[in-house]
Amino acid sequence: MTTHNIEAVLDDMADKLMAMFPASSAEPLMIGIHTGGVWVAEALHKRMALSEPLGTLNISFYRDDFTRIGMHPQVRPSTVSHDIEGRSIILVDDVLYTGRTIRAAINEIFDYGRPGSITLASLIERDGRELPIQADVVGLHMTLEKDQQIKLTGPSPLALSLIGGSAP
Amino acid sequence: MSYRQNIQLTPEKNLKHFLAIEGLPRAVLMKILDTAESFSSVGERAVKKVPILRGKTIVNLFFENSTRTRTTFELAAKRLSADVLNLNIAVSATSKGESLLDTLSNLEAMQSDMFVVRHAQSGAAHFIAQNSPDHISVINAGDGCHAHPTQAMLDMFTIRRHFDDFYPLKVAIVGDILHSRVARSQIHALTTLGANEVRVIAPKTLIPVDITSMGVHVYHDMQQGLKDVDVVIILRLQKERMGGAFLPSMQEYYQTYGLTEEKLGYAKDSAIVMHPGPINRGVEIASSVADGPRSVILKQVTNGIAVRMAIMSMTMGTAGQGASA
Repeated sequence: MTTHNIEAVLDDMADKLMAMFPASSAEPLMIGIHTGGVWVAEALHKRMALSEPLGTLNISFYRDDFTRIGMHPQVRPSTVSHDIEGRSIILVDDVLYTGRTIRAAINEIFDYGRPGSITLASLIERDGRELPIQADVVGLHMTLEKDQQIKLTGPSPLALSLIGGSAP
Repeated sequence: MSYRQNIQLTPEKNLKHFLAIEGLPRAVLMKILDTAESFSSVGERAVKKVPILRGKTIVNLFFENSTRTRTTFELAAKRLSADVLNLNIAVSATSKGESLLDTLSNLEAMQSDMFVVRHAQSGAAHFIAQNSPDHISVINAGDGCHAHPTQAMLDMFTIRRHFDDFYPLKVAIVGDILHSRVARSQIHALTTLGANEVRVIAPKTLIPVDITSMGVHVYHDMQQGLKDVDVVIILRLQKERMGGAFLPSMQEYYQTYGLTEEKLGYAKDSAIVMHPGPINRGVEIASSVADGPRSVILKQVTNGIAVRMAIMSMTMGTAGQGASA
């Protein structure tokens, strides 16, 4: 997949989000999930010309597999503006797969305050959900084999690569 | 001492117990500091708690009194959502004649997951780690004159927040080096992290004879010892240890080694002043320095929570992986 395609997909996602949050309404607060989600969020944040800085979430402390695999080797601090009370939040990730990351991210957001709403935007949506979670804005839909993984590399240029599986 | 180096790490080099800085590679110390950086933002949120150790039981086993260390361990455990038991063993079962191993067996039977141990005997935490089942992690909260590794790591965290990098730093530790487990752990941490120079400043009676083997430079004069240093660490003059003939008098100690603004002038203008607490004003440090702009003493206390959260979560993340042989 070329970087050109990803840029076009991001343009399309930003258009959809701007239609959902017109300039006449209160500006949403955008939060990206480390690491790939932050890259996607940076691109969307720029396209939407949001005035408030981008928030970032590190969900390592909210993962449900901690006791099995321990602390993630690269934990980075979360940075979320402190007044999320009542705000409309756009939560951004790179790949929506099982839904467990989003579950953890939503839990973490609520520890900063009570948001008015959370809208989920994901660059890729693939099959394999294990929780009742879906994205509101999706860049690309994909169906992959169970042992395949789609990975976003970046931040510039953003590129997608397929790992594992029998497909070429 | 090879057993000390191995028991703390799993075969994959993850932290299983945290007993001493000795034997831990630089990468592990850096990971503790990085993880603590992430946890420090938790303390600035509306809800100062993360669910990572939910359902775990942590036992604070304090055979020796301590307020600051025990409360920051307790707060750290609670911010990780663990359940905490505080056992003041000094006034509990052992005084009724129960042996240490029997006390431990009972705590294991209560399905504990971690022991945080403070003991007046050097090696106590290590002994407990050796005699506990595989799923239990042990953290040393101070043992005799041997080690106080979580204090050393919170000091390293505080230093890194001010200077970013350890390599160019000159650090002076002033006071009772002989009896100080804090100083030992600090020296190991600073040399492992690659500080440019570590100095100890004290009267001859308060410096262990073998100290230069730890890679430090010894000074007996504040003016010479503090010249060009970036970090001044003042140790508490432990009054309870002063029964012997170590010092002529408190007043004379303050005259010679007490950190006053005048003596602090020998260090770099950018130098910070640290103290593990509790401070004895007018004994090892002047009030004007302790409360002054270059003092980071209260920041050390705040940082202690995030650093202990990092160490607790890293050791619990390896539960069930076992220690290396």
